[in-house]
Amino acid sequence: MRELSLNILDIAQNSIAAGASLTTIEVAEDTAKCELTITVSDNGCGMTAEQVANVLDPFYTTRTTRKVGMGIPLFKLAAEQTGGCLKIESEKGKGTTTQALFRTDSIDFTPLGDVTSTVVILISMNTDRDFIYKRSKDGECFELSTVEMREILGGVPLNEPEVVVWMKDYINEQTNILLGGVTQ
Amino acid sequence: MKSLAELQAIKERTLKNMSARNDSEDATRIVVGMATCGIAAGARPVMNAFTEEIARRSLKGVTVSQTGCIGMCQYEPIVEVFVPGKEKVTYVQMTEEKVAKIVSDHIVNGNIVTEYTVGAVAK
Repeated sequence: MRELSLNILDIAQNSIAAGASLTTIEVAEDTAKCELTITVSDNGCGMTAEQVANVLDPFYTTRTTRKVGMGIPLFKLAAEQTGGCLKIESEKGKGTTTQALFRTDSIDFTPLGDVTSTVVILISMNTDRDFIYKRSKDGECFELSTVEMREILGGVPLNEPEVVVWMKDYINEQTNILLGGVTQ
Repeated sequence: MKSLAELQAIKERTLKNMSARNDSEDATRIVVGMATCGIAAGARPVMNAFTEEIARRSLKGVTVSQTGCIGMCQYEPIVEVFVPGKEKVTYVQMTEEKVAKIVSDHIVNGNIVTEYTVGAVAK
C-alpha cells in the first residue's frame, strides 16, 4: 500500500463485512511525540478470542473463496516498520477496534495520503451504514458524522453527486484548517 | 468555507429532481473491485474518476458501486460494467486515464472499449 489512507479503506471494509451499522475512523496526530494513531472501531459482529489471535496471520481468513487475508497483516507491517504497533480488541457480538500506532519520524513511515478520498468512498458506497470521521492534531480536532448529515438531508441519499462533492470539499477544507495550511 | 448548512440547500435542490430518476433495475451498473488487491493496485482513484465523470456529465441511471475480490488479482484494478439486457463487460488493469473513454464510448454510446477488456489483455 502506497498510502496509509489505503490501509484505512481496506480495514474499514472489514467493519462493513462484519455488518457494522456504525464505523468510526479516527486519525490523531501528536507532533511533539512524533506519533500518528489510526483507529477503526465498529459495532459489527466482533470476533472470538481465537479469531483475534489468528487474524494477524496472512494465511488466516474467514472467507471460503480463497485462503489468504492480507489486510490486517499489511497494516501491522506498516505500523511496525516505523517502530509502532497494532492492536485489535474485539468481543463477539459487540464489535471490533483496530488501532495502529506509527512513529512519524521513522524513515519507513508511509505517508498518510488522501484520507478524504477514503472517507468519501466509504460513505458514498455504503449508504445504508453510518460513519464518523474524526481528525485531530495536537488537541485540535474536527468531526464528520453521517448521522448528523442524514438529519439535515432527510431523504436525499449520501451518494447523491452534489452531496459527495460537498463531503470532499468539506473534509479537505477542515483538514487544511486543522493542519494550518500544510498539505500532506 | 463549507458548512453543514449547505446540505439543507442541496436537499431542497435535489428532492425536486429525484422523482425523475430511472429505477435501479434498468440502471447501468459500474462495479469496481475494492478488496485488498484492488485497493493496492489503484482501485480508489479509478472509482473516484468514474464517480466524477458521471457527475460531470450529469448522467442519470448510472450507478457506481464496489465489490470484493473477483479472483483475478493480477489484473486489478478490475471494473465490471452491467448494461441491462447486455452481457457483462470486464475491464482490467484500469487507470484513471482509461475511465473517460469507457464512459464516453461504452456507457454513453454503447460501444465496448475492446482493448481494455480482460479478453484483450489476458492472452
